[in-house]
Amino acid sequence: MSDVPAGDPIARATDPENWVVIPLYNEASVIAEVVAGLRKSFVHIVCVDDGSTDGSAAIAEAAGARVLRHPLNLGQGAALQTGIAYAREQPDCRYIVTFDADGQHRVVDAVAMVELARSENAAIVFGSRFLDDRTKPGALKRLVLKTAVVVTNWTTGLRLTDAHNGLRVIRVDAAHGIHLQQDRMAHATEIVLQLRRTGLPWREFPVEVLYTDYSRAKGQSLLNSINILVDLIVN
Amino acid sequence: MWFQIILIAAMVAIAAYLIRATPTPKHLAVRRLLVLVALIAAVVVVIWPGVLTWLAHLVGIGRGSDLLFYAAIVAFLFYVVVDYKRSVQASRATTRLARELTLTEARLQDTLAASRDDRSVES
Repeated sequence: MSDVPAGDPIARATDPENWVVIPLYNEASVIAEVVAGLRKSFVHIVCVDDGSTDGSAAIAEAAGARVLRHPLNLGQGAALQTGIAYAREQPDCRYIVTFDADGQHRVVDAVAMVELARSENAAIVFGSRFLDDRTKPGALKRLVLKTAVVVTNWTTGLRLTDAHNGLRVIRVDAAHGIHLQQDRMAHATEIVLQLRRTGLPWREFPVEVLYTDYSRAKGQSLLNSINILVDLIVN
Repeated sequence: MWFQIILIAAMVAIAAYLIRATPTPKHLAVRRLLVLVALIAAVVVVIWPGVLTWLAHLVGIGRGSDLLFYAAIVAFLFYVVVDYKRSVQASRATTRLARELTLTEARLQDTLAASRDDRSVES
């Protein structure tokens, strides 16, 4: 590490005060690559295995992640909350990076977001795929995501350009304000609401979401957005 | 028509309960009282079927059996909402329990790993 010049973004990001949290459920074919990619820039990678049945947990462990195991499948929101709860009680933890297991996020974006949080003293950095036009989600997906943005902004009072983007950087003081009750996908709106309540400074950062055939097949369907709405409305 | 107003009010109340309320012991007591009242009413109606027709006419419904049908639908919808809320509470409790289990296991592993490291440093 000594041969990397000081101030180099990669060197700064490998700082052990950054903890990556990945909710993991049946991603055996991609998780090794995702963890390997992250390990170039991050020391602590926590995968919360949410009852995978395809051996994802063992693969993530072999790839070098710290794997926590849920005894049964509870949902992505539940896994995220478990990962955040684990990371924020680590004495050296200062920034938590939430990252999706399916390989749709870029590690360079995560590194840059941690840098932004540091340099601008922001407690929360939300990744947004709609701040520039690199990401090409397709018309229907764009409609679903934009609806999610409207609902999230209306629920939380923030003015975000993207919602339900799994890439976020949360400083540990903000992370202590997170108590997700939405076990399924509605957590992505709930987390914005709870982070807003901390009153801490936040930023958005333009990220590129890599849509592969794999992540497209696993992505949110239009029908599932109805579930999200109901979960949010019904107490 | 009185019964239309009553029915719509009942539906709105059920919807409001679905969206707003968080179950408390008070709600449980109210639900138990409602069951008690329904049981007593059922016995009364079985003994004096005329009461049902009289009540139906009072709210503008032609037949007592129609009133019974509407009441059954309201009761069923209320039950669905109550049961849904109960299942949400139960799955949240399961999640908390599972999370504590996961975190406890993780802390244990970390403690063991740390003590192993200490021992290897000493030796």
